[in-house]
Amino acid sequence: MTDELKNTGFEEMTLNMGPQHPSTHGVLHLLLKMDGEVITDARPDIGYLHRGMEKIAEKRTWGANIALSDRWDYIASMSNNFAAVLGPEKLMNIAVPKRAEYIRVIMAELNRIASHLIFFGTYGIDIGAFTPFFYAFREREMILDLFESVCGARLTYNYFRIGGVSADLPEEFIPGVKAFIKYFRPKLKEYDTLLSTNPIFMDRTVGVGGISKEEAIDWAMSGPNIRASGVNFDIRKDDTYSVYNEFDFNIPTGKNGDCWDRYMVRMNEMNESARIIEQAVEKLEPGDIMAKVAKVIRPPVGEIYTHVEAPKGELGVYCISDGSTMPYRYKVRGPSFVNLAILQKMLKGLKIADVVAVLGSIDIVLGEVDR
Amino acid sequence: MIYASQSLGDLWEWALNQFAVFCGWLGIPEVIRYTVEKGAYAIGLLVFISLTALVLIYMERKVSAHMQLRYGPMWTGGWHGWSQTIADMIKLLLKEDVIPDKADRWVHRIAPIVIFVPSLIGFLVIPFDKYLIGADLNVGILIIFGFSSIAVLSIFMGGWASNNKYTLLGGLRSAAQMISYELPLVLSVLGVIMTVGSLKMSDIVNAQKDVWFLFTPNFLGFIIYIIAGTAEVNRTPFDIPEAESELVSGYNTEYSGLKYGFFMLSEFTNTFIISAIAATFFLGGWNGPSWLPGIVSFLAKTYLIVFLLMWFRWTFPRFRVDRLMDFGWKFLLPLSFFNILMIAVWILVTK
Repeated sequence: MTDELKNTGFEEMTLNMGPQHPSTHGVLHLLLKMDGEVITDARPDIGYLHRGMEKIAEKRTWGANIALSDRWDYIASMSNNFAAVLGPEKLMNIAVPKRAEYIRVIMAELNRIASHLIFFGTYGIDIGAFTPFFYAFREREMILDLFESVCGARLTYNYFRIGGVSADLPEEFIPGVKAFIKYFRPKLKEYDTLLSTNPIFMDRTVGVGGISKEEAIDWAMSGPNIRASGVNFDIRKDDTYSVYNEFDFNIPTGKNGDCWDRYMVRMNEMNESARIIEQAVEKLEPGDIMAKVAKVIRPPVGEIYTHVEAPKGELGVYCISDGSTMPYRYKVRGPSFVNLAILQKMLKGLKIADVVAVLGSIDIVLGEVDR
Repeated sequence: MIYASQSLGDLWEWALNQFAVFCGWLGIPEVIRYTVEKGAYAIGLLVFISLTALVLIYMERKVSAHMQLRYGPMWTGGWHGWSQTIADMIKLLLKEDVIPDKADRWVHRIAPIVIFVPSLIGFLVIPFDKYLIGADLNVGILIIFGFSSIAVLSIFMGGWASNNKYTLLGGLRSAAQMISYELPLVLSVLGVIMTVGSLKMSDIVNAQKDVWFLFTPNFLGFIIYIIAGTAEVNRTPFDIPEAESELVSGYNTEYSGLKYGFFMLSEFTNTFIISAIAATFFLGGWNGPSWLPGIVSFLAKTYLIVFLLMWFRWTFPRFRVDRLMDFGWKFLLPLSFFNILMIAVWILVTK
C-alpha cells in the first residue's frame, strides 16, 4: 500500500483464512494482510492438528511406531510406513527378503498414485472445477480396494513390518494391479483433456507462484515441488533405497517452478509410478515376506537418518536408539511442513484467488505439517 | 373454436376473447377486465416461476451428478428423488434465520428481496408463445436488462451488510464483474435488434419465422451473449462473487434459511431468463415445427441453453478476478463492437 493511501485513512484488511475454510486443506490458518484483493503480507499459522507424534513415539515400541506413522501423511500411509521401518532395519542390519521389497515398492508407488490423484482432484476444486475430483476418486477407490484386499484398511494401512510386510498378497491382488494399470493409463489422458490443458486452468496456474531453482534449494523443498523448479532431485534415484535401483523410470521435471509445472510434474509422476509398478509386478517371485526378526525389537545403541521419497517429498526419520524397546528420540522430517515454509514469501503481491492456487499446488497435508 | 393442435398461446387468446365478450355482456368496466386478465396471467406466471425454479434446481443436481459419476438425489419422493428440491425448500423455511451481530440489519434483510423481485419482473416480457406474453412492450428487452442490473445492487447490499470480510470481497467482485459484463451482454443483442429494427419481443420472434438468427452473421453475437450471460448470472467459469474455494460462499456467506433460499432461487430464475432471451433472440423463440405447440419448442430451446450453462459450470474452472476483467474489457467488448460493425455491413449489403 502506498503512503499516499495510508495518509487518506485507508487501512489494510486483515483476513483470517482458515482454520475453517474450504480450501486450506484441513486446518491451516493463514493470516493475510490485504490491500483490496492483493496480499501484502501472509503468515501461515500451523499447529491446529498437532498431536505430539514425536513425543508419543518415544513411549511406543519400534513396532508400534509404524502404526503411528500412518497418521502423519494420512493419504500416503504406505510411504510413511516405509520411512518408519527403514531406520530400525538399518540399525539392526536386517536383510529384507526380495519379495517383501517388491511388495513394498508396489505399495508405495500405488500409494503415490493415490496421493497424486487426491492432489489432482482437490486442486481442481481449488481452481473452481468440481468434476475432476470425482474422476480422481473413482480411480483412487480402486487403489484403496486393492489395499483393502491386502491389509484390510483403506486409509491407515499399518502394513509394513520391521523386516518385511505383515501379510502376503492375496491371489486376486496381482491381476487386480495389472488391470488397474491398464485401466489407469488412458485415464491420465482424460485428465489432461479435462483439466490440464484447459485454457482457464492454464490461465490460473501458468506463471503463478513461481519458485526459482535457487529458491527451491535454499528453502529445502523436496519432492514434486523442487522438481518443478528444474532440480532433478529424487531420493529414489539420488540416495536409492529398497530395490528402486532395479527399475527403469524417469524423473519428470518442470522449468519455471510455477503452479502449472508443479501440477504437471505430479501428473507425469503418476505415469512413471505406473511404469515402476508394472516392472515390480513382473519381478515378483514367490518367497518369504518376512526376514528372521526377534519378537522383541531392540535395535543396538546408535542413531540413524533414513529417508524415502514420499508423494509430497523427502520424508525422513531420524531416530536414536538407546538399546531399549522404544526409541530415545524420533524426529520426523515431514515434507509438507518444509515445503509450506516458502508460502509466506510466495504469497506477497498475489491475489486472494492465487492463494488457493499456490497453496493447492504445494500439496500439503496438515496431518504431516503439524504431526 | 379450439383445436388440439393449437398451442397454449392460442388458447389464452381465445380465453381472453371469450372473457371480453362476457364482460361486454355484463357491462363490466374495461379497467376491471384488464386487471383480472393481467392478474390471472401474473398468477399463472408465479406458479410457472416456482415450478421452473424447482425443476431447474433438480435438473442442476441431476446434470451435475451424472457428469460427476454420481446419481444425485435418488430417494426423496420415490422416483429418482424427484421431491428433493421441495424437501430442501421446506428445510430452508424451517431453518433459523441468523442475522450477524454487527450486521446492518435492514440492508441485510431486504437484499434477498431486491434480488428476487427484478428476476420476477423479467418474466413479464418473455414471449412464451404467440399471445402468451405478459406485456409486449415496445422496449421489451430493455426492461429485462434494466431490471437485471438491479441484481448487482442486491449482491453488493448483501455483501456489505453482512459485515464479513469474505462477503465484502464477494460483493465488490460481483459489482465489478456484473457491471463489466453488462456491456457486452447488451451489445451482443444489439446486432439482432439492428437486424429486426425493433426492441419488441414479438417482432424479434416473428422476424425469425424462416431462419433463426443463430444461422445468420448474428452467430458471433450468440457466442458473446452466452459468455456474457454466464457472467451475468454468476455461474462458473464466472462464479467469482461466490468462489467457494476462495471466499467460502462469497456474498451470501452470512445468509441462512429463507433469505439464502431467495438468493439461490434468483440465481436459477436469472439463469432461466438469460436462457429464455437467448432462445428468443437467436433460436427463434416459439417458432418451430408446426406440429409442436409454440410453448413447447420455446421451452425446449430454453432448457437446451440452461443445459449448456450447467455443462459449463461442471466442466470449467474459475477465472481469476483480474483476468476476468481483462477478458471482459479487452476481448469481449471489442469483439461485440466488431460484431455490431459486421452486422451493420451485412444489413447494408443485403438490403
